[in-house]
Amino acid sequence: MNAVSITGCGLLGPGFDDWHSAQALLRGDAEWAHAPTRILAPELLPPAERRRIGAVVKLALDVGVQAARAANADTRTLATVFASSSGDGANCHAICAMLAGADRLLSPTRFHNSVNNASAGYWGIATGAQATSTIVSAHDGSFAAGLVEATTLAVSLTQPVLLVAYDHPYPEPLAATRPLTDAFAVALVLEPAPTAEAGHPRLTLTGFTARPADRAPGALEALRVGNPAARSLPLLAALATRQTGAVALDYLDDLRLNLTVEAGA
Amino acid sequence: MEPLLLSRYTATSALGRGLTPQREALEQGISGLTPNDFDDAALDTRIGRVAGLENIALPPALADCDCRNNRLALLGLEQDGFLAAAQAAVARYGASRVAVILGTSTSGIFDTELAYRRRDPHSGALPADFNYRGSHSIFGVAGFVRRAIGAGGPAWVVSTACSSSAKVFAAAVRLIHSGLADAAVVGGVDSLCLTTLYGFNSLELVGPAPCRPYDAERSGISIGEAAAFVLLERPREVAGVDEVSILLTGYGESSDAHHMSAPHPQGLGAQLAMNEALGRAGRTAREIDYINLHGTGTPANDAAEGRAVAACFGVESPPAANSTKGATGHTLGAAGALEAVFCALALEHGFIPASPGTRTVDATIPLRYVIKARRADLRHVLSNSLGFGGSNCSLVFSRREARS
Repeated sequence: MNAVSITGCGLLGPGFDDWHSAQALLRGDAEWAHAPTRILAPELLPPAERRRIGAVVKLALDVGVQAARAANADTRTLATVFASSSGDGANCHAICAMLAGADRLLSPTRFHNSVNNASAGYWGIATGAQATSTIVSAHDGSFAAGLVEATTLAVSLTQPVLLVAYDHPYPEPLAATRPLTDAFAVALVLEPAPTAEAGHPRLTLTGFTARPADRAPGALEALRVGNPAARSLPLLAALATRQTGAVALDYLDDLRLNLTVEAGA
Repeated sequence: MEPLLLSRYTATSALGRGLTPQREALEQGISGLTPNDFDDAALDTRIGRVAGLENIALPPALADCDCRNNRLALLGLEQDGFLAAAQAAVARYGASRVAVILGTSTSGIFDTELAYRRRDPHSGALPADFNYRGSHSIFGVAGFVRRAIGAGGPAWVVSTACSSSAKVFAAAVRLIHSGLADAAVVGGVDSLCLTTLYGFNSLELVGPAPCRPYDAERSGISIGEAAAFVLLERPREVAGVDEVSILLTGYGESSDAHHMSAPHPQGLGAQLAMNEALGRAGRTAREIDYINLHGTGTPANDAAEGRAVAACFGVESPPAANSTKGATGHTLGAAGALEAVFCALALEHGFIPASPGTRTVDATIPLRYVIKARRADLRHVLSNSLGFGGSNCSLVFSRREARS
């Protein structure tokens, strides 16, 4: 029940471009040096769509592609769960600024990019996936909410599910009311445990707890508390160090998500 | 799938507060759409506005969540004994066993739009009374409802545009069946704002006339606002089952993978969602007695959805179908839950709702479209919610008589 294998990871953040380079930091084999998150335009999308998307969608698509490739998953049939606290803050700011003025002629692209499921929509257009796709938000606990939804979805479908969690800092003046440090995104391909090939690390949701969340290793703790998607770091550290044991992730004020991780072969 | 019981439900929309005015309007063909008078939006269109939100005060303990969307959420929770029923579920199962999963598309954005007019002229800063977490945050409405109810279980907001509050039913089934919750408060709350009024206008999807779903002369949507809530539990957990139970018996979810703001012309994604919902419910197309269509009243949506329904249900003897958006307007992220409640009312009281606004059904769409309300013994009904980004969800609800 509620057990999945993790068959692929993707990661993008300040000072690391992929899961491979981040693992050394999470194991403590390398010192984390902060550098602005490098967000690139995804090759996945046709050029016309690529021109329409902002940094937030690029962030999400980048890690999604990384994880799907690592898992050797068929993106045309993969179900997806996106998780984000804030969505596209730059687009939201532009709309609110325009609506506060006299000229309110929004562009159609700006409006359709304002839907919180824009990343999911562009992922679908890029991959042709007609499987279910959703986006969940739970403030600072958005990663935990996404992990619950993605795990229970994978178990109920008996099919792999791609979880993509991402959050990007707001521009001012919203940034002052909701400070987020650095763009960060993580993606995991979750396969129902019975169908996954052996050797992958395994994750089981064991319930909820009031005990404090685990911390991220070393200096990465500042990143964990600075970005909702980075609340995933204790889980990622367990995966990188091939640790077996319990992990508690931040969820809601009074609630932590409890899981157990078993190292792969 | 193992069905879940709708042990309590309620809705508040332009038709009124609570179930009684919803049911009366749906039976009598009354529309709640009125000429646009929202804020200073100078758009020639009709809206489905909930009266009196400006005068609602949140309880002092929840005042940090004050915004139009949470006022609408509170007004909705207070109807039909829903708040008390949800609190009773918290007492019965324990707070940590009750989940809150809600859909919204814009949360408290109207209050952000107003705050942007009051920015500091020098620094550009938002006013000091702006509350990101309680109002602007997309999760804001679920955080507010969770606190109002006293629930302590898992919670999140689904925000997949116009399918948001249909997909919350599917998420709740997974949570309860996985053992992570015993009951779930699901629903949708979406309120009027300038972003959606001007945004849909930019796409040339709002018409000046009241929306006319599936009409040959349909010309666009009328935007509405609503709050709808359902308490979902396992049937066996409820003591003293009523004579009639309304059950969630199936759901189906899919993606169009086609375009950000236009449906797949053949409705392929919608077909997948409907077929999956029928499969989970263990029902054939012939067993469905009524379809509450997404039916927004745009030329593209109704044509594509109509083709999809015809492909799934055939053209020889399809079920009665219509859209209730001529009554309420398109309530966007609340539409899935609002129309789920309409399906529950139709099953409980035995009627097919009216479709106000629709005058001459588009003859090129092969549906059995019903304009006037009528009595009907309904056993199984299906509701469609199809959203921007190509997000589709279909739900099946069923009526069960007492086990006597």
